[in-house]
Amino acid sequence: MHLPHLLSLLIWLPMLGAIAVLAFGRQANTARWLALATTVATFLLSIPLWMDYLPAIPGMQFVEKLAWIPALNANYALGVDGIAIALIVLTTFTSVLVILGAWGPIEERVSQYMAAMLALEGLLVGVFAATDALLFYVFFEGMLIPMFILIGIWGGPRRVYATLKFFIYTFLGSIFMLVGLIYLHVKTGEFSLDAFAHASLGAKEQAWLFFAFLIAFAIKVPMWPVHTWLPDAHVEAPTGGSVILAAIMLKVGGYGFVRFSLPITPDASQEYAWVVIAMSLIAVVYIGYVALVQEDMKKLVAYSSIAHMGFVTLGIFVALALVRVNANPVGARLAIQGAMVQMISHGFVSGAMFSCIGVMYDRLHTRMIKDYGGIVNVMPWFAAFMVLFAMANCGLPGTSGFVGEFMVILAAFQDSPLIAAVAAFTLIIGAAYTLWLVKRVVFGEVGNDKVAKMKDLDAREWIVLGAFAAGVLAVGVYPKPLTDLMEPAVQQLVQQLSLAKT
Amino acid sequence: MLSKTILLVIVLAPLFGALVAGLLRNQVGRKGAAGVTIAGVLLSCALSFHVLYQLVWGGATTFNENLYTWFQVGSFGAHVGFLVDRLTAMMMVVVTFVSLMVHVYTIGYMADDDGFQRFFSYIALFTFSMLMLVMSNNFLQLFFGWEAVGLVSYLLIGFWFKRPSAIFANMKAFLVNRVGDFGFLLGIAGVLFWFGSLDYSQVFGATASDVALTRTVEIFAGHPWHVATIVCVCLFVGAMGKSAQVPLHVWLPDSMEGPTPISALIHAATMVTAGIFMVARMSPLFELSETALSFVLVIGATTALFTGLIGIVQNDIKRVVAYSTLSQLGYMTVALGVSAYAGGVYHLMTHAFFKALLFLGAGSVIVAMHHEQDMRYMGGLRKYMPITWITMWLGSLALAGAPGFAGFFSKDAIIEAVGESHRWGSGYAYFCVMAGVFVTALYSFRLLYKTFHGKERFVVDAHHHGHGHHDDHHDDHGHQEPGHLAHAPHESPWVITLPLVLLAIPSVVIGWFTVGPMLFGGWFGGAIRVSQEEGRDVLGEIGKEFHDPLHMVLHGFTQAPFWIAFAGFAVATWIWLFNPGVTERFKSALRPLYTMLNNKYWVDELYQAVFARGGIALGRGLWKGGDAGLIDGVAVNGSAALVDRVSATVRWLQSGYLYHYAFAMILGLIALLGGVWWVNHLAP
Repeated sequence: MHLPHLLSLLIWLPMLGAIAVLAFGRQANTARWLALATTVATFLLSIPLWMDYLPAIPGMQFVEKLAWIPALNANYALGVDGIAIALIVLTTFTSVLVILGAWGPIEERVSQYMAAMLALEGLLVGVFAATDALLFYVFFEGMLIPMFILIGIWGGPRRVYATLKFFIYTFLGSIFMLVGLIYLHVKTGEFSLDAFAHASLGAKEQAWLFFAFLIAFAIKVPMWPVHTWLPDAHVEAPTGGSVILAAIMLKVGGYGFVRFSLPITPDASQEYAWVVIAMSLIAVVYIGYVALVQEDMKKLVAYSSIAHMGFVTLGIFVALALVRVNANPVGARLAIQGAMVQMISHGFVSGAMFSCIGVMYDRLHTRMIKDYGGIVNVMPWFAAFMVLFAMANCGLPGTSGFVGEFMVILAAFQDSPLIAAVAAFTLIIGAAYTLWLVKRVVFGEVGNDKVAKMKDLDAREWIVLGAFAAGVLAVGVYPKPLTDLMEPAVQQLVQQLSLAKT
Repeated sequence: MLSKTILLVIVLAPLFGALVAGLLRNQVGRKGAAGVTIAGVLLSCALSFHVLYQLVWGGATTFNENLYTWFQVGSFGAHVGFLVDRLTAMMMVVVTFVSLMVHVYTIGYMADDDGFQRFFSYIALFTFSMLMLVMSNNFLQLFFGWEAVGLVSYLLIGFWFKRPSAIFANMKAFLVNRVGDFGFLLGIAGVLFWFGSLDYSQVFGATASDVALTRTVEIFAGHPWHVATIVCVCLFVGAMGKSAQVPLHVWLPDSMEGPTPISALIHAATMVTAGIFMVARMSPLFELSETALSFVLVIGATTALFTGLIGIVQNDIKRVVAYSTLSQLGYMTVALGVSAYAGGVYHLMTHAFFKALLFLGAGSVIVAMHHEQDMRYMGGLRKYMPITWITMWLGSLALAGAPGFAGFFSKDAIIEAVGESHRWGSGYAYFCVMAGVFVTALYSFRLLYKTFHGKERFVVDAHHHGHGHHDDHHDDHGHQEPGHLAHAPHESPWVITLPLVLLAIPSVVIGWFTVGPMLFGGWFGGAIRVSQEEGRDVLGEIGKEFHDPLHMVLHGFTQAPFWIAFAGFAVATWIWLFNPGVTERFKSALRPLYTMLNNKYWVDELYQAVFARGGIALGRGLWKGGDAGLIDGVAVNGSAALVDRVSATVRWLQSGYLYHYAFAMILGLIALLGGVWWVNHLAP
């Protein structure tokens, strides 16, 4: 029915591409074309994943399993459900655009940049495809390395501080997860996520494990108050790095909650859901206000990412209260669906916003809002895209940004109208910081002579922004294919959650 | 039977026009853009009339069908679909007809503008969005339309994006509307939670059961609230944003920064009435909550009177009409508040005609005055532009409620309905709408006199070429010498005057045909539901006295509203036609009152200080204090610094001197031996 070892192919093809780019890419253009060909091929190969996925069959599909470290009973085990497929396709889609986006702007060490991007793509697919905890951990940590290199070499002036902060922050979090995984391994004798999910764990064990996972994934998402690495990393990262970071890497955190926290420690997750919900709501309000006063466009969008990711964690943990306290499984499914749609949507929207900033940065080499103004006069097409993505960032219906937030707010209301009210505050504050940015950057008289000389989008930039726009509108106008894809996995998860472990 | 294809064409034709005019603007050119959008809206309009005809005379039944499923999670499905009954059909006709008039008018008004195609694209997109809003059969699509019209309004207010005032006004409009949407979205969430669906038919069906009536919920412990009250108040907060009710009214006057055609279409005739339409559509819900209706009533009454008062002191011709719109929206809201939904919607319709007329007339004046909007530099224009003058008079008479004109029927019915009502707040509302009648007459005739009558207060300066006909629209606020025109004002071209005439006709006559069935004849059928409890159906009570429009007109002459309006007319005539100098004396005699009105009760200043500057200060505090100070400063960099210090200390031990190490070894040995000895001999 489909290619054998499709998942392995999706992981290793970009890795091999990375090696090939390093080996043959001495000429910048060779490196670019080779990288583009690799990502396009990977993207095309990932489409059958969606097409051939059988929603009627529960559990993981496209399963692969090889003994990896027999002494530890760790396996090279892969498999995906609807949630993972959506994220993998998002990864392969975004990777193509990132390579295209780096075509002109990256002139130094082109082959190495492209290779790092390709390696990152493979590792990210691996994270979403791994069903073995140790394998997941290797991919999870492994993806730090190319990102570390991307920021450290092609980054801005404070790149050393930013890379160290990024690396140590996230590495610190994953150490706790490793300890948790080792504990689970000792307990079950395996590393399979399925075995972990079925392990019987006492309340105290679950609590320790829950917080170990929480630290790891909360930093990754990132959630308030462990978010401060993200604005610094974004500001210093090259455009492509920012796009991948915001569009895909943050999603690993949300994915982790769904794959680890909820199935392995459901009782502790329920008990401490209020902690995560509170952190998510603070993210929406507090971070919204912080985003309002940013002077650097990238920082503004970085903070806005944190606020939007708050809806992901909110949806995931509101679902627990809904299914367990209120006996409302449909509401719980709505909440998790909302969180997952928000992840995909945020992938498009944040990727597009950072690409837009990249387009401007390539022309004026500044990210400061005050250096721009009246761009619409000289770059009308760009302005149209920017306003579209800004509207998606405000959650306007018809764009993808609306769907997830809408679902999460509807579901949260069923748990507590007050939680929904605080979350819905994003309608106001999100519009405030986004539209104020648009007002200062896009509208008005031409800001200065440099702006007056800016050229509108070239064909390559057009393709990148156009592709993001297509994604934003497709999910916004017709989200059903996406929710249908994820529905069986969500349903299964909610069913699993309804059963206590202790 | 209504055909789904026809309904789809009605919605999609303007969208197609918008896409062609917007995306292919260079390929199709000016004529192509205007042609394709006008053709689309004309088709929509013709088919809308067809739908209305089918529903009223053709025996068609209500159309309610889903087009496609937006998403399906478990048993909860969100859909996109149409509900077309008479209420919808009336809205469709109003929206597409006014839109068509505005499209034609735009050819003349925007003739010299660089953004010609873009403008057509936006107004066609608006027509699409507004149709999606009124034709929706569920709350989700309603919200989609709601936000989409908000987006187009944002784009159009900021159409002249070089003007700082325009791009401030459009952001303000969007944000204030978002405050309303905040409530609206929570209301929708409440509807889903407590009524189990987002489809109108199911929700309104569920309201028939007693569940909704009796159920209470404690959002704050110890304060049980009826769910219907919570839902309705939340939904109405949305209406307050879109229909610019106090205290969310501040965006509408500023929206006049947009070109005049959209002030007529969006900010007078259609979009701002979406809130009124929504509440009327939700009448089965609102009927469940006496509290929510009283809330609606008081907000509407306050808006009706207090925003009208501001209109008296405005000098910008568009702003007078804008404040008049606010006040009239207040009247509609009052009607909703006393359960006279049909009255509110009826006033919506008549208002759409005469207010669009007034705005387009004001636009015609503005074109003639070379984009001067200040009435202090007008006067005596009647001899230059007779068609505009006469149609503006007709529109103003309709607005002031002169018996026989369209506004008379609708406004009189609202005032009588309020008088009939016993709902909490109706006494206050009755005072407000009565006083409002005087205010309406005052500002309406003031506008006419200051613009068309009296002495000319502008100078035709033939040698002065600075303000030629081809003045850049973007700079029209930047006149060096106000009141200096390069050549004499003249009547506008036919593309401008034709819509004025076509709008003037219904403004004058439509009441005669429609008042009987629409207000008192149960014309809306099941679309509007009013509780039949004793004393609640105020329109029904008034309807018992109603025989035919002629009697209503004759009766109107004997009633207080007519004489109050006449008093307003007389005062306005005495002051602005015969004694214009007297206004200065009034100003100094009533200085505090004038200052208050001229500053619009300082609401803008208050919001600017509290929400805008306060929000920025809060954000800066959280950023510098929370993120940079506590989290990064203390926790993150603090840990790093701690590690630094510890390692620095430890490094000091690694001195490299042999005698240091030897000394440490000896100390260690002593400590170790001492420890062993202590454990063996002293420890218990």
